[in-house]
Amino acid sequence: MTARSVAWPLLVALLGLWVALFLAAPILIVFKISLAETRLARPPYTPLLVESADGWSFAGTLANYVTLMTDAIYARALARSVWLAGMSTALALVLALPMAYAVARASSTLRRALLAAILLPFWTSFLIRVYAWIAILKDEGLLNAALLGLGLIGAPLAILNTDAAVVIGIVYAYLPFMILPLYVTFARIAPSMAEAAADLGATPTRTFWTVTLPMAAPGVVAGSLLVFIPAVGEAVIPDLLGGAETLMIGKSLWTEFFQSRDWPLASAIAVLLLALLVGPTAWLEGRDARRREAGSA
Amino acid sequence: MTRGLSWFSVGALSLGLAFLHGPILLVIGYSFNAGKLVTVWSGFSVRWYAEAFANAQLMEAIGVSLRVAVLSATLATIVGTLAALVLVRYARFPGRGAVVGLVYAPLVLPEVITALALLLLYVEFGWERGVLTVALSHAVLASAWVAVLVQSRLVAFDRSLEEAAIDLGATPAQALRQVILPIIAPTLVAGWLLAFTLSIDDLVIASFASGPGSTTLPMRIYGQARLGVTPEINAVSTLMIAAVAVGIVAVGLLTKRDALRGLQGGGSK
Repeated sequence: MTARSVAWPLLVALLGLWVALFLAAPILIVFKISLAETRLARPPYTPLLVESADGWSFAGTLANYVTLMTDAIYARALARSVWLAGMSTALALVLALPMAYAVARASSTLRRALLAAILLPFWTSFLIRVYAWIAILKDEGLLNAALLGLGLIGAPLAILNTDAAVVIGIVYAYLPFMILPLYVTFARIAPSMAEAAADLGATPTRTFWTVTLPMAAPGVVAGSLLVFIPAVGEAVIPDLLGGAETLMIGKSLWTEFFQSRDWPLASAIAVLLLALLVGPTAWLEGRDARRREAGSA
Repeated sequence: MTRGLSWFSVGALSLGLAFLHGPILLVIGYSFNAGKLVTVWSGFSVRWYAEAFANAQLMEAIGVSLRVAVLSATLATIVGTLAALVLVRYARFPGRGAVVGLVYAPLVLPEVITALALLLLYVEFGWERGVLTVALSHAVLASAWVAVLVQSRLVAFDRSLEEAAIDLGATPAQALRQVILPIIAPTLVAGWLLAFTLSIDDLVIASFASGPGSTTLPMRIYGQARLGVTPEINAVSTLMIAAVAVGIVAVGLLTKRDALRGLQGGGSK
């Protein structure tokens, strides 16, 4: 082991410093500012400790959390985010399952090409991929033109600026996150399992539902969380594809920060989101860490 | 497995890939459209590229994005490699669990949270917002990705090479510099390109961390996209897609060569 050397404690200390400064401190500051009040100054929030004649006093307030709990608009935005993210996750799962299964069952050359094809759009600008849907979904857009041309509809469908457009956007943007973990678990399941089921008389469909899919459950959970967690906090997709009334909590945070310039309220929204997501995030990270470290001698 | 795919699988893959690639191909296709309407084809033209290049604001944003990306990719590669080395090779130190959790947190958390938290840090410190704060924020995000990449390379790495070096009298620092770093060098280049790509692409974190004069390309595109689709954005988008595609192909080649070399025994000069 190289751990004997004096260089290692130095490296650990450097990493610790980076983590404390740029990962731990920012989150603590979000907590802190969520307890402040907004004001017209630089910075635009009140200090938490106030110095007066009789020393320092604590000036924190839970007012922002009270606002979040009592103003129905935030409860609605949160419920809407969870609902739209959940719908998108379910839809992405339905789309990804057959794709991931097919990739896992393909020959190794084809498999590599398919994985590259699935990943390439993921590395194309997120913004551009969302933006591309505006031209497709708008009233005089390509989808309506195609449907009208085929005679399937008589009048253009209003899709852009609705919740449906937001769901389409989220599914599209995050689909690779669903396909990859599913593919990994499918690829790990020995084909002999399915063969055994077939030998015992199961049809391929029955084998998939009763043998393969249950064994792929960890991939299903991981993929679903990888889509659901960022989707709940999504701000850009509801802004570009959703309508004025599409409330999502990430967009509320964005609006409070940039338009209302209410930083303490934006921080309180971030804390609320963090509280909601800390469980699933910890689960995902624990799983990834175990996998990353598995195999290290 | 060399068994052929069922018609169902072929159908699912074709539809899925069409869904994933179709919208991007439309953006690229319509960037060469002669007309101003973005949904009606009226002949091939590169006039929107000319207009994009003549747009001073767009060009300035591209300049900002490139500077931010180079800075953040370099910092992210250093920090991500450091994190991976420490986490793989230094198994036990106090607070390890917290460090692991925090280093990788930006991978999963919604970007708005990371973005807001870092911005508030800069304000607390009284740091002027600009190119440097955007680059730093991007480095925080990208270092997590670099760490994933380097960590998986180090785990697959044949540790006996390093032990041999030490047995032959190398100090651990020499072993690190002369054995480990040369072998993982292609992964580091791949990590740098990955971080560069993430930075060039990012809108949310940049929006929070930027100040006057540090508007990045995605921020500029976003500002225009909110007003509607224009062929000029299609042209710039196509250029971005092309740039990122080149980067990704390079990453693919580097990590593949790296993997091959690993199979052959890890020697590298």
